Amino acid sequence: MIIGVLALQGDFREHRAALKKLGIESHEVKANDDLPGLDGLIIPGGESTTMGKLMVDYGMIEPLQKFAKTHAVWGTCAGAILLSKDTGRPQPLLALMDCDTTRNAFGRQVDSFEIEIPVPFLEPAKPDYHLTFIRGPIFSRIRGKAQALLQLPDGKVVAVLDGHLLATSFHPELTNDLRFHRYFVEMVKRTRAN
Amino acid sequence: MAKTASKEKVVSSFEVKKGLAEMLKGGVIMDVVTAEHARIAEDAGACAVMALERVPADIRATGGVARMSDPELILQIMDAVSIPVMAKARIGHFVEAQILEALGVDYIDESEVLTPADESFHINKHDFKVPFVCGCRNLGEALRRIGEGAAMMRTKGEAGTGDVVEAVKHARSLFGDIRVLLNLPEEEVMTFAKNIGAPFELCLETRKLGRLPVVNFAAGGIATPADAALMMQLGVDGVFVGSGIFKSGDPAKRASAIVKATTHYNEPKLLAEISRNLGEAMVGRTVDSLSDGDKLAGRGW
Repeated sequence: MIIGVLALQGDFREHRAALKKLGIESHEVKANDDLPGLDGLIIPGGESTTMGKLMVDYGMIEPLQKFAKTHAVWGTCAGAILLSKDTGRPQPLLALMDCDTTRNAFGRQVDSFEIEIPVPFLEPAKPDYHLTFIRGPIFSRIRGKAQALLQLPDGKVVAVLDGHLLATSFHPELTNDLRFHRYFVEMVKRTRAN
Repeated sequence: MAKTASKEKVVSSFEVKKGLAEMLKGGVIMDVVTAEHARIAEDAGACAVMALERVPADIRATGGVARMSDPELILQIMDAVSIPVMAKARIGHFVEAQILEALGVDYIDESEVLTPADESFHINKHDFKVPFVCGCRNLGEALRRIGEGAAMMRTKGEAGTGDVVEAVKHARSLFGDIRVLLNLPEEEVMTFAKNIGAPFELCLETRKLGRLPVVNFAAGGIATPADAALMMQLGVDGVFVGSGIFKSGDPAKRASAIVKATTHYNEPKLLAEISRNLGEAMVGRTVDSLSDGDKLAGRGW
């Protein structure tokens, strides 16, 4: 199995390091030519406007949309924004998931935070998972077959699943906990089997 | 769906301060002096902007005391863009830093580009919720700033010159020091720490990680896509471009080209394409034409 990590900007190295710890091969994706042969794709944290602009300039929007029809894709933070349909301001998006995002929904950098909460769908479910939010978005509207996967204690939705597409507002790649990457690898396996 | 009681939120830990810098990696942080510039920078793909009243080339030309920018200007720039906004405080001027934190900027640059406010002491950056980036010329200086709480570093270069030579010198010096440290037997690390004037524990951490404990960008003199790619190939995580963009003939085009060069820094064919037809680069001043008193990199210690 080979998982691609979009490497236009952001913390793609951390995602690759996490996959390596799981024994999964990963490749950087900087152009459309890098997509063939991949079994899944991660869109990392970073700045969504920077990545979006580069995707447009390199004609990557449509090829990525096509790839996502048949492959598992996971976006973290900026990646989640790019997977969503609308952010309420004009910016290029992949618009693949049936949800909207609100950017910087918790405030500016001084409001960035960490929190530990139970995430029962992870394997194993204990201990609680350490979530890191950095100028993170929230999912403001969830429609169709997209479903809220995880909420904070105040009710804010911070993870959404839409078929074989996963979006998280937080950064599992910044922790040493590999459970979210393992969860995605299982998604890739299931999508490949179908 | 999971929704259960939890532990408390922890705001502004060192991890989230460092984390924002992780998100900026592979990107370009651009100096902007108006909201209009900030929008041009965002549209060109900047991963953050540095809000200031004068770019370093103008600070050099005008002379006088360079201070923190007018909060009104910083707020206008914060309103204009969705990407992170950084602003500069003078070295040691912790009240300018308090004001910038109160404004809600995303990062403070304790910067040698402004006139230092304290000749002996930098700001205690652990006191703040907002993260700091600081300049360095070598590993000792970098680890002293990190010891004071800096969550991101940038090699200093020589700001406002458009001459990349000092940026290269400082990056080579930093990475050279790290390579030496990685090859030392553990019993020699304490003496190494003493010789470079760095905290022992941070030397140990750097040795364990094989790199600085925080993200490190290049700054000071980057004016072309090739300059940006050069710094990336030397091993920095991203670049600051100050005067190089808005002192050039076609800022939007040059900004966009430098963003692309930072992504594709090791693909010469693409770099050749990216570098075509960018118009005039900033005129610049060679670093060796500056008197020692005009050099900014020597500020801070």
